[in-house]
Amino acid sequence: MERIPILKLGKCLIVSIQVDMDDGTAITLQDDLTEKIVRHRAKGVLIDISALDVVDSFIGRMLANTAAMAHVLDAETVVVGMQPSVAITLVELGLSLKGIRSALNIEKGMELLRGIDDVPELANADEQH
Amino acid sequence: MQTSSTEVVQVGGGGDVVRVRHAVRKAAIDLGFSLVEQTKIVTAASELARNMVDYGGGGTTTIESLLDGNRKGLRLIFKDDGPGIADVQQALRDGFTTGSGMGLGLGGARRLSNEFEIDSAPGKGTRIAITRWKGIV
Ligand SMILES: Nc1ncnc2c1ncn2[C@@H]1O[C@H](COP(=O)(O)OP(=O)(O)O)[C@@H](O)[C@H]1O
Ligand SMILES: [Mg+2]
Repeated sequence: MERIPILKLGKCLIVSIQVDMDDGTAITLQDDLTEKIVRHRAKGVLIDISALDVVDSFIGRMLANTAAMAHVLDAETVVVGMQPSVAITLVELGLSLKGIRSALNIEKGMELLRGIDDVPELANADEQH
Repeated sequence: MQTSSTEVVQVGGGGDVVRVRHAVRKAAIDLGFSLVEQTKIVTAASELARNMVDYGGGGTTTIESLLDGNRKGLRLIFKDDGPGIADVQQALRDGFTTGSGMGLGLGGARRLSNEFEIDSAPGKGTRIAITRWKGIV
């Protein structure tokens, strides 16, 4: 089974999914992300799905679960780069992904997360560690 | 109606769901499906192939490229010899699951296809055939 690499940049974790994931790979990614959010006290998670040409209900649920889990751990998730054909298909599939923040590309997604990084309380909290 | 090509993919585990997606994508591209049409049929295929793995004990996906006059289409048949479905109408309802899924696979696959047939009964396995025609929304 493949393992999707997770990069750490400041208080953010960045994942760019470049392979068509089987269900096991998707679950591993979700678990790895959750573990790394805790370990690095991450405040933001950026998931780039621009290379994914299919998102079915399993991968959609993995994205939603990851965002929900991150939220409980006090981190924000942004999913970036969803292809228009994937977005159209997800609507017809019946998956809304309502709870997930999205951005057009990595740059816009990082802007969203940088906003979180700039919150002064977070900067203070971080200095104590 | 003519079937111009047929391919059978054995589906036993999660990795095979990815193989079904790739094989269906290729057939859809060969027929000249638009990107949205490709994505819809591949997504439907992914749902139905996963169901065979999760509930049907594995099965086969048959990919048929169809020529009907000047219509071109893709028919996919998912067949397993698993336990079958007792109440098909209930299984088709969005949100219904006996597993841990979202209950969107069957209903979603039906919406993403132009034609949808399901044949299932307890002890008889499950056969689902879906068709998408090129150029039909
Ligand atoms: N091939 C199959 N064999 C037996 N039961 C199935 C099969 N496909 C679907 N089902 C039943 O139909 C239900 C709904 O399927 P689906 O809409 O794909 O949602 P989910 O996979 O999330 O449960 C499943 O929970 C299962 O009980
Ligand atoms: Mg399903």
